Amino acid sequence: MSGRPTLIGEDGLRHDNRRPDELRSIKMEVGVLKNADGSALVEFGNTKVIAAVYGPREPPAKYMLSPEKAIVRCRYHMAPFSTAERKSPAPSRREIELSKVIREALESAIFTELFPRSAIDIFIEVLQADGGTRTAGLTAASLALADAGIPMRDLIAAVAVGKIDGVIVLDIDELEDEYGEADMPVGMMPSLNQVVLLQLNGVMTREEFDAAMNLAVKGIFEVYRLQKEALSKKYMLYIEE
Amino acid sequence: MSVTPIQPPIPKLKREAIVSALKKGARVDGRGFEDFRPITIELNPIPRRSNGSALVKLGNTSILVGVKISVERPFPDRPSEGVLQVHAEFVPLASPSFEPGPPDENAVEVARVIDRCLRESKSIDLGELVIVPGKYSWSIYNDIYLLDHDGNVTDASTLASMAALNVARLPKLVSVENDQVKIDYGTMDKQLPVKLNVVTVTLVKIGGYILLDPNLDEEILAEAKVTVGIDSGGRIVGIQKSGGGLSVSELNYAVDTAIKKSRELLTLLEKALKTV
Repeated sequence: MSGRPTLIGEDGLRHDNRRPDELRSIKMEVGVLKNADGSALVEFGNTKVIAAVYGPREPPAKYMLSPEKAIVRCRYHMAPFSTAERKSPAPSRREIELSKVIREALESAIFTELFPRSAIDIFIEVLQADGGTRTAGLTAASLALADAGIPMRDLIAAVAVGKIDGVIVLDIDELEDEYGEADMPVGMMPSLNQVVLLQLNGVMTREEFDAAMNLAVKGIFEVYRLQKEALSKKYMLYIEE
Repeated sequence: MSVTPIQPPIPKLKREAIVSALKKGARVDGRGFEDFRPITIELNPIPRRSNGSALVKLGNTSILVGVKISVERPFPDRPSEGVLQVHAEFVPLASPSFEPGPPDENAVEVARVIDRCLRESKSIDLGELVIVPGKYSWSIYNDIYLLDHDGNVTDASTLASMAALNVARLPKLVSVENDQVKIDYGTMDKQLPVKLNVVTVTLVKIGGYILLDPNLDEEILAEAKVTVGIDSGGRIVGIQKSGGGLSVSELNYAVDTAIKKSRELLTLLEKALKTV
């Protein structure tokens, strides 16, 4: 195996010249698919994720429906060409787990009680993976839900923080995830101070967790601002016209 | 695809009893907010066929873990390491709501959370499990079997896994010659290189209150759940939040409580392991 790459240089910068608290270049576009009721494309550096929402619509089977609220169905899936080595399109254990935590995060934002006996379907496809795909996917899914006009308590903005060479950094990419000591994806409803997605894969002290959480919140508010900008780019046009 | 689960209904009376008790600072089973249910750890209940096993009861939740060890080829990207795999089966005998079939998202989640906590903490030194680099190494299969489901499967499963891994023995390595290995699978030999112990502590939020070690009723009522992995050095080795949202201060409280309460589980585990 080749040696471990330098993650933090002597100048304190990361391998792609970012500061520890710097996000990658982020792009967001809403309403990118014709068929879906709502859709969004989100990029964090080389990570590229598309999300589509269908619904509220009739669930595919009667036994699934709830008389009290809409059920939410969510799939996080990676395209076979999205990874370094071709990924089998069959759902992996990782995708099963991530579909669950993303579904639970989105479900806590949606007013599901407004749509009894119906289903809201959210499909996330990772087109190119370079770290932070679940947080980019969650960010995109929340935009797609807003685009579909589904009432939500707040948008969900998400970003992964990590620990590399002992330094807490914002928005880790795949290299930093692979060789770093910890990866912590965080998703929030920022205006409500609710953490709706949180996982820690790695080792941190109590103090490092605090620092990581604070850095994540800071990054999340920036992602949140970009989300609102992307939505107004599509919808403010209509209002102005 | 992950779909909103249709929860078994909790009778309104029971729901009200649980919530009104919380308002008085109590739980219906008499515990305080930061109390575990009674815990028992039985070592090696499957002595003949498994390399190591443990049966843990956490209240009425019952988890059996069996460890099986064999010699296999290491992963190409990790030629000088052994392999550790954690799997969980929620078999239908454990709950009226379980169906036969491949592990569902809940079983996959439990297995992956425990896998990450063990892996990231380097609880087991996989480097010591290589026999011939790139060719032969020990593969450790940690299989979690849920026998009776009354909530907080994760913490019971981590405890049972850790206990089983601690008592597990490698089969006897008879010889390594000309890149050929001979194993006597019938004879138990050395212990696994367990460097430190890891436990998980799970808390839920119900009606604004944060409770440790939820039973099944509490789990169904919970608005949010968070599991924190802690190692014997007091480090955080994994976190998994599920269900709804928690504020940052609620999360901090949960993490602090988990660190504090992890000592109880670790002490209990060490005490049980002294009996072998």
